[in-house]
Amino acid sequence: MFKAIGKQIKIIWSQIVTLWLVFLHLFKKADTVEYPDVQPYMFPRWRGRIVLTRDPDGEERCVACNLCAVACPVDCIALQKTEDENGRWYPEFFRINFSRCIMCGFCEEACPTHAIQLTPDFEMAEYVRQDMVWEKEHMLINGTGKYHDYNFYRVAGKAIGGKGKGEARNELPPVDRRSLLP
Amino acid sequence: MVSITIDGKNFEVDEDNNLLQECLSHAMDLPYFCWHPSMGSVGSCRQCAVIEYADDNDEKGRLVMACMTSPREGGRYSLKGARKFRAQAIESIMINHPHDCPVCEEGGECHLQDMTVMSGHAYRRYDGKKKTHNNQYLGPFINHEMNRCITCYRCVRYYKDYAGGTDFSVQASHDNTYFGRWQEGAYESEFSGNLVEVCPTGVFTDKPFAKNYVRKWDLQTSPSVCTGCGVGCNTNPGERYGTLRRIVNRFNDEVNGYFLCDKGRFGAGYVNSEQRIPVSMTRDSHEADPVQIEPDAAKQALKDAAKGAIGIASPRASMEANFALRELVGEDSFYAGISAKELGMLNSIIDIYQNRPVNIANIKDIENSDAVLILGEDITNTAARMALAVRQSVKNLGRQMGADLNFPNWHDAAIRTLAMDRKSPLYILSPHATRLDDVAKSVHISSAAQSARIGLAIAHAIDNSAPAVKGLSKEEQSLVDEIAGTLKGAKQALIISGTSSMEPALLEAAANVATALNDGDSKANLALAVPESNSLGLALMMQGNEKALEQAMSSGSKKAIVLENDLYRRAASADVDTFIDGLEQLAVLDSLKNRTGEQANLVLAAATFAESSGTFVNYEGRAQHYYSTFKAVDSIRSSVSWLSDKSLNELNAECAAALPHCAELTHLTPGEGYNFAGLKAPRQPHRYSGRTAMRANINVHEPKQEQDENGVMVYSMEGVPAIKDASVFNSPWAPGWNSNQSVFKFQEFAGGPLKQGNQGKRLLENNVKDKPWYEPEIAGDSDNGFKVFPIYHLFGSEELSAFTPAIQEKATSAYIALNPADAEKLGLHSTDGVQVEHNGAVPFILRNSIAAGTVGVAVGLSGLNFRNIPGSIALDKAEDWQSPDNWKAANIIVSDRSAESGKGSAS
Repeated sequence: MFKAIGKQIKIIWSQIVTLWLVFLHLFKKADTVEYPDVQPYMFPRWRGRIVLTRDPDGEERCVACNLCAVACPVDCIALQKTEDENGRWYPEFFRINFSRCIMCGFCEEACPTHAIQLTPDFEMAEYVRQDMVWEKEHMLINGTGKYHDYNFYRVAGKAIGGKGKGEARNELPPVDRRSLLP
Repeated sequence: MVSITIDGKNFEVDEDNNLLQECLSHAMDLPYFCWHPSMGSVGSCRQCAVIEYADDNDEKGRLVMACMTSPREGGRYSLKGARKFRAQAIESIMINHPHDCPVCEEGGECHLQDMTVMSGHAYRRYDGKKKTHNNQYLGPFINHEMNRCITCYRCVRYYKDYAGGTDFSVQASHDNTYFGRWQEGAYESEFSGNLVEVCPTGVFTDKPFAKNYVRKWDLQTSPSVCTGCGVGCNTNPGERYGTLRRIVNRFNDEVNGYFLCDKGRFGAGYVNSEQRIPVSMTRDSHEADPVQIEPDAAKQALKDAAKGAIGIASPRASMEANFALRELVGEDSFYAGISAKELGMLNSIIDIYQNRPVNIANIKDIENSDAVLILGEDITNTAARMALAVRQSVKNLGRQMGADLNFPNWHDAAIRTLAMDRKSPLYILSPHATRLDDVAKSVHISSAAQSARIGLAIAHAIDNSAPAVKGLSKEEQSLVDEIAGTLKGAKQALIISGTSSMEPALLEAAANVATALNDGDSKANLALAVPESNSLGLALMMQGNEKALEQAMSSGSKKAIVLENDLYRRAASADVDTFIDGLEQLAVLDSLKNRTGEQANLVLAAATFAESSGTFVNYEGRAQHYYSTFKAVDSIRSSVSWLSDKSLNELNAECAAALPHCAELTHLTPGEGYNFAGLKAPRQPHRYSGRTAMRANINVHEPKQEQDENGVMVYSMEGVPAIKDASVFNSPWAPGWNSNQSVFKFQEFAGGPLKQGNQGKRLLENNVKDKPWYEPEIAGDSDNGFKVFPIYHLFGSEELSAFTPAIQEKATSAYIALNPADAEKLGLHSTDGVQVEHNGAVPFILRNSIAAGTVGVAVGLSGLNFRNIPGSIALDKAEDWQSPDNWKAANIIVSDRSAESGKGSAS
């Protein structure tokens, strides 16, 4: 019987201590951040919302090579290549189903032109799942993102408008196929 | 077989193959570029280097190229020892290679990518300037991106040496070598498309595919069969986002091997054509506007229409679809949708294959023949893959000369140098010069009837008991003796003919020659070309039932169901008009809009080969199954599912049971119960991307996987690719081998037949010992007007491929071909048109090879309708002539063009 009474006292004492500790917290600095009024600091290499960037000339960087799509472990990227009148490849549509995306960043790693980049923005909640499907016009930004200088077509051998054969970086002028001189 | 040691392991290898081939056959990954199983070795790329040791005491060894080495008994080799050399070789190859992979159509199936990774070269150390090249326009089929070239020389070896092309070569010298045409322009060869697969990197790529490009890993593919002609080449169509993107070759050792013709590769764009019938339509009378009808209602309407209707079958519909029509209308009301003459010729082919002592030649047999006689068939245009095989057959003399000197068969450059221009004999009898003339020993210009007579005379000269022919000229008689002597002396003679000339006696003459050559143990090869993908299958279905299109049109029936058939291409327009006007109800099942469909009361939107499965029977009587590549939208259904409630497999089994010779039809696929470890065969590769996003714009919730009609393959990436069965052999892939070169992993030995055997089953065979003869009556050529012979075009003459934009660019409108002297008699100038009797006014070209008094008429092209070729016609200068917009004289590639005709009429 004494045992039972001792137990009850212990329980009551514990609750008094708890209440005291909670009371003390009223005078401490709060750990909670007033999100969304207070925005947290996101590191630049945080893997959040995906954007498509432009090269330093202001053209779309994406060449629709499909490497991001094949690298994607949840297969949530679908795109179709098309080309302009001068042979420059770009995506006709570029779709990411963000309701499937796991923000792993494999697409960014796979991208040979630094077109697709993950940004520190994580605020992507929607009331309707269908709104999580983003198209190119939702993702394409007017800037170079994290990589400022790279311009794929300036190093590639393919001719595009404004850059003929032999005009890329580190290229010789085209050979004369009618000459037999070495 | 000899035993050798590679890196300490013992192997039994075939000494007739080169060491590279044997390394690959024994599952070793040895990189290579210039070697190709069909083209042999030249040792130019230095990529397959291995170390060969002189004897057991030799520790240093010497560097040899595996592709140029015959394995010797007790030989000791090392692959590992030369790894560093191979890495250096590829590093130097890669010095000038552009940074193009992301924007290259070859990326993901690039042999150069695979070999670079395999050799261990990962970082570019060279930072000097790269060599560049200007590209050329090479026609509507092929893109040129010369910067990517690694100078392995495979392209020129294929185009010039293998396919016999003359308008493509290597230019410049030293570091500047350039592969292209002497000036920009479309390739002349009918086999240029194979450059796409032959080139180990992205110099030559598929142009129509590049316009609508996706990576290889994103294509949903299936094992399929080409619909372009009667050869039945195995193809591998690829689909993405609901449209057919491209066709590539699917290896079948006995049919197409590694190569397709350009019609097969680029001619399937009609699947995406704007002329497709997207929905079923109905109307009450011929004059009323058609209204759309729901699929289920349409099917019910077809069922109602079938009561008391006749069924008109089609040589381009599958066996199952034709059989379903026969079931629906009953055998008595079932008619072949081809002319009586054509049906008669197809029946006579079946008779020859069954009751004559001949060997029915597949494409490989054609390649292995060492004396060839072509009787009146322009195979380059009617059965193109056969022509490529004939080009290989003339090289057998050189191979024999090499063998006599102990040269191995794969030693390509040595054998070519040895043979120079000596070739195995090829004789051509034709009413006009053909594209094979450059490799022929002799070409004789004669009408189909006269060719048949000469053929019969050859049979008689070989075997006295064959019926004799009288009235040959002295010159013809000496030709007969020459050909008879050559064929008799050959190890394996081959006779080729076909139906395109519409001269039944030609087939019988060809059969007589082949019969005469039978000397008891060895049979002569015989190949008889048929016009369409299932012509022979339709004839098999019509055995003992001589009901052709003429009988259908005169049957007096008030209702008709036409299956995948444009009657206006089969009979004279006036006859078809009369027939259709007499009908109360015309139901048409077709995939493309045509004149017959326009007049129907009920049009059902039928699927093409890419959206349905079925069976075709090719020219040799080989039944081959094709699987649908993708599911069409619900309003488009396969003809089988329109015509019948039964499943494809049930119809297939009933068809096999009901028809003579067709028992093997049920054994073409592994059957409904097929599974490997509980899984079916997948249509999508295991890297297929975008599954959760490709339909997300329509609905973010993903639909259930589409179900397959056969129960063998699934529309999914889940499953086990074909391991057991050649008919399920889809797009090949092996670890480290992403390009089409990976096919060797599935072959018995590199370059040999598939481990699973060959696709397709022969329905016809013969065990005849005696020698029955045909004694055809050949009508004399008429003396009035111009004697007519048909001219076919690979691009344009065939109905379906003519809807493909790239093919249209290479095709032309109808024309006639005349001897220059005749044109002068008619008073024609190059810009004039010719009025053809009972037909349209068309432009003309002049050809020197055409005999005076004869005229070649282009068939199948727009402007003329010549389904029944008359004996002779009258020609006249056309009044108020203007050449049609799609007249492109430059697309007619013939060697005997008279200079004058090129001037005004070329567009």
